Amino acid sequence: MLTEEEKKEIEAELKEYEQKNAVCIEAMKIVQRHRGWLSDEAIRDISEFLGMTPEELDSVATFYSLIFRKPVGKHVILVCDSVSCWVMGYDKILQHLKTRLAIELGETSAEGKFTLLPVACIGACDEAPAIIIDNKVYGNLDESKIDDILAQYK
Amino acid sequence: MEQPLTKNIRPGAEPLSLKEYERAGGYRAVRKALTSMAPQEIVKLVEESTLRGRGGAGFPTGLKWSMMSKVDDTSRPRYLIANTDEMEPGTFKDRLLLEGDPHQLLEGILIGAFAVQADIAYIFIRVEYSLPFERLKKAITEAYNNNYLGKNIFGSGYDLELRLHVSAGRYICGEETALLNSLEGKRPIPRAKPPYATTVGLWGKPTLINNAETFCSIPHIINNGADWFKRLSRSEGDGGTKIYGVSGKVKKPGFWELPMGTTLREIIEEHAGGMQEGFRLRGVIPGGASTDFLVEEHLNMKMDFESLQKAGSRMGTGTMIVLDDKTCPVGMVLNLEQFFARESCGWCTPCREGLPWIEKILRDIENGHGNPEDIDMLQEQTWLLGPGHTFCALAPGAMEPLESALRYFREDFEQHIREKRCPWR
Ligand SMILES: Cc1cc2nc3c(=O)[nH]c(=O)nc-3n(C[C@H](O)[C@H](O)[C@H](O)COP(=O)(O)O)c2cc1C
Ligand code: SF4
Ligand code: FES
Repeated sequence: MLTEEEKKEIEAELKEYEQKNAVCIEAMKIVQRHRGWLSDEAIRDISEFLGMTPEELDSVATFYSLIFRKPVGKHVILVCDSVSCWVMGYDKILQHLKTRLAIELGETSAEGKFTLLPVACIGACDEAPAIIIDNKVYGNLDESKIDDILAQYK
Repeated sequence: MEQPLTKNIRPGAEPLSLKEYERAGGYRAVRKALTSMAPQEIVKLVEESTLRGRGGAGFPTGLKWSMMSKVDDTSRPRYLIANTDEMEPGTFKDRLLLEGDPHQLLEGILIGAFAVQADIAYIFIRVEYSLPFERLKKAITEAYNNNYLGKNIFGSGYDLELRLHVSAGRYICGEETALLNSLEGKRPIPRAKPPYATTVGLWGKPTLINNAETFCSIPHIINNGADWFKRLSRSEGDGGTKIYGVSGKVKKPGFWELPMGTTLREIIEEHAGGMQEGFRLRGVIPGGASTDFLVEEHLNMKMDFESLQKAGSRMGTGTMIVLDDKTCPVGMVLNLEQFFARESCGWCTPCREGLPWIEKILRDIENGHGNPEDIDMLQEQTWLLGPGHTFCALAPGAMEPLESALRYFREDFEQHIREKRCPWR
């Protein structure tokens, strides 16, 4: 079941679209904000509320890279792996992150703190290599900068 | 040099508030358009300005708008969409415009919406653009509070509702018909064309879709006229200024608003400061990942839609990526094809099957496991996935850097295969 709060937030979005199912992306992001990720149960809850089948909704959910169908850590690190960042040293940045967090891309660190995911160009190519942590963009990265940045996340 | 699109943008600082934007001459164009011009008159002015769409394809904006005027006016609501999905690798110009001067975009949208008599406008923005989103949201609220959006705008009797839609991360959503499916809450695969969105668009209604930078040019055309706009450019039939960008191993990566038709050399050498010490330029992808490589001999070409087409490439988004002599061209193409393979929507077979295969062949070559036949095989793929052979333009776009790399850097591919290793590692 969706919580009252989730329902209220989704309902507020309904007026932005001509048809109810068009709210589904926003609805999934709302529930994801509350629950961290979208379990099968969450997909069922949302689809019921919007009058879609769970399968219909899941085919949308699984299309998008930032709708999480698996649990993620407290902070999500998106590492830009597109061309400008690649030219400017993406490999080194990724290697350093992997070593520091002791995880591979797609994994979550042991204490559930960070999830490491690839992302396509984040429009910070003039400050490549760049990453996003939660909502914040960090550019012109090197190994020591990454250490400083990671230290800010509790 | 006039820089109408970026004149209010102060990097690092908050963008202008509505009041400040007005004090800087903003919202004058939309007032004029809504209260003293007929929609047809605006469309004609935009046609005369020779503005071409800044989303990558360079479609004449006025012509697109005039297509909206020709469709049945009773088919309501009519929509307008500002495409700010901006996921083309190497591209960061719309972010600058959204972050730096959100009211300029709103003003451009308002004028466009009035010109095609749209009832509802959407701004489609990618989810990773948090800061641009916050700033746009604030600007929209200010505009509503001032009744610059909503009912009876500027007492003209014209109503417009503006909505901000945030995506959830997929390159294909920027393709305009996939975008429509995405907005409707469907799996965002592209739609068959024709019919075009101007006739059958969002929820089956007439819909105008333009890039953010395209809309940002509009207020200035209204204020200063079509001739002024054409004179901003150094190219015939392709008016205005353009936001160019450079990334890669240049001294000063960044973006600059310059006359349309500024040469690659001027952009790279003067504005981006030339190559970093110890690096030589080997190639340039002129307009985002899905454009063909150009090389040294092309540097005197003008960056405009016509000239780059003649050089066998495309202007695309106008934001270039420089390949230097210490970076492996095969590795770079592998990076690009990996992006396209991952972002393929999977709808049509050549693209869904072909791109991962291309990625695999390139990875083999890069890792020293390539075969001499691989080059011909890659060449054949550029035809199999080329224009007209796939459902949308993603796959043909993916073939542009590959095909041109095989042309200009063939010796590098051969060397990898011959020596069974990447010479740069
Ligand atoms: C795979 C693909 C991705 C695209 N992504 C974008 C995008 O992020 N932003 C954009 O404005 N146009 C994008 N386009 C181009 C749009 O389909 C469309 O041509 C454009 O938004 C029209 O605006 P314009 O006429 O102002 O250029 C993309 C096209 C393709 C094939
Ligand atoms: S070319 Fe690729 S992205 Fe376009 S429809 Fe076919 S599979 Fe989808
Ligand atoms: S390529 Fe990484 S931010 Fe653009």
